[in-house]
Amino acid sequence: MNDANHEGDHPKGAYVFRLYLAGGAPNSVRASANLYAICRKHFPESHRIEVIDVLKDPMRALAEAILVTPTVVKLSPLPEQQIIGDLSEEEEVLRALGLPQKETA
Amino acid sequence: MNDKKHFIEKISSGIEGFDDITCGGLPLGRTTLLMGGPGSGKTVLVLHVLVSASTHHGTPGIFVAFEENARRVSANGEAFGWNMRELEKKQLFFIDARVRSDVVKSGGFDLTGLLSALEIKAGEMGAKLIVFDAIDVLLSLLGDPAAECRELYRIHEWLMLHDLTGVFTMKVEEGYPAIGQRYGFMPFMADCTVLLSERVADRVAVRAMRVLKYRGSAQMLNEVPFVIGPAGVEVGSSNGVHPEPQPFEEKISTGVERLDAMLCGGIYRGTNVLITGSSGGGKSTLAGAFIEAACRRNERALFISFDENSRDIVRDLATISIHLAPHLAGGLLRMEALRTEAASSEEHFMRIKRLLAEHKPRCVAIDPLSALARVGGGLAARAVAERLIYLCRNAGITVLFTSLTEGSDPHLETTTLHVSTISDSWIQISYALLNGERNRALSIIKSRGSQHSNQLRELIFSKSGITLADPYTAGGEVLMGTLRQEKENAWNIRKVDGQ
Repeated sequence: MNDANHEGDHPKGAYVFRLYLAGGAPNSVRASANLYAICRKHFPESHRIEVIDVLKDPMRALAEAILVTPTVVKLSPLPEQQIIGDLSEEEEVLRALGLPQKETA
Repeated sequence: MNDKKHFIEKISSGIEGFDDITCGGLPLGRTTLLMGGPGSGKTVLVLHVLVSASTHHGTPGIFVAFEENARRVSANGEAFGWNMRELEKKQLFFIDARVRSDVVKSGGFDLTGLLSALEIKAGEMGAKLIVFDAIDVLLSLLGDPAAECRELYRIHEWLMLHDLTGVFTMKVEEGYPAIGQRYGFMPFMADCTVLLSERVADRVAVRAMRVLKYRGSAQMLNEVPFVIGPAGVEVGSSNGVHPEPQPFEEKISTGVERLDAMLCGGIYRGTNVLITGSSGGGKSTLAGAFIEAACRRNERALFISFDENSRDIVRDLATISIHLAPHLAGGLLRMEALRTEAASSEEHFMRIKRLLAEHKPRCVAIDPLSALARVGGGLAARAVAERLIYLCRNAGITVLFTSLTEGSDPHLETTTLHVSTISDSWIQISYALLNGERNRALSIIKSRGSQHSNQLRELIFSKSGITLADPYTAGGEVLMGTLRQEKENAWNIRKVDGQ
């Protein structure tokens, strides 16, 4: 499970995310922008993002145990991974997604 | 805002003692904070409040579980005899708000998701009470004091906006000072703050709670003990306001005819009698006589013994013609054998209180009350003994309790519990060592509101029952045992001669 290996098996399937937002709240807007930016940069060809506004569909958030906003769930590839926050700390996001991090810190 | 609201409206917690210390319960439409160490009983307390609010006051509620599995919290409720399954159909809703352990945090977030879901749910079921259990778990996820404060205020504002009553529980380590540092703002936000604690005294765990503050309301500042019993949380508030009971004029028998005579007709109903004496002195026997007399008057009676089996007591008393078995079988008498070491004095108190409520006796014997002093700390035991006495007095129950005297000083044991001062009558049994004999001697130290004999009398147990010998004195000493018999015989002979 080292980085080189990960680089080797670059995802064949698409990266599927579900993003839970709270309307136009600033941190939600930032999370959305950050997630799209990361996707464009790392898997431009193969990503899908489903956006759910908890203000419009609160019961769904409840059913899916979403407590805080913004929350992004990586549904595919498995395993599922939950990331909370506005995704401003890119390093953390990449590590959580199992992607190689930038050489220059 | 509202001119009508000059005073704080309250919602009963459904727990008598808790309503006592908070002078009515939780502040309606405001925030209450319960703090306490791990395992201090926070979750059970809030669950109890939620269940009784929905059961007795028709107030639906929502339980947000940040730490424990919500299903398990609900299952715990079943263990206390609450019909959770039925309540969860309409009245109660549990939200499992545990954060997944593998969650990754990147940047700022807030609770909008949870609150918007809660808002819909609360509106849907008409919930008025919302519990946030283990809010500290959520706060630690935020990991930044400013964010913690901001999110708490968000919840607080949200509660106020929707006219909801909120209860937060929060884990604190090592008592109050520690919270001052980390969550110092928390008590300011809450209108009512209660601290739960648990400590170990004499190897027995003792739970206690204290209202730290209650904005705009009277409160009881003292720490009060509480237990988690089979029916949930029971709080032992000592100075709840009770009406002064009307004193009885009637006198009732102690079960020993000659002792009644010494007390000028017995003891007043609704008062209490303390019997002190060393081991084997006959305290339990007198307790048995008192209980049998009550049953003969067709009064319900309760015999509570510590560390002795009820069956043994019945058997032993039968040898001196005190027959409890028929009354036991007939349901008039209930006997309960408690184990001293098994629980704190507070738990014993709650147990006895339950027994009183269940059996509704007019006469009670507790043998020995001093057993309480052996566990859970002397001060606590003393308070318990006092409360027991007041509880009985308020209920008009006549109670006889015994206390063991160890060593030669008869005042020793009574000073550990300090019950002699609040006892109405005090009878002392001692051993008189005279002429190579050990004889039981009985004397009345005090009997309030009544004349009583000041004599020291020999106490005799025989197959035909309990009696007190006629007093014979010689050279200023009361004669007992063989010497008395000799004197008695001499008197009888003289009487015969005289005729």
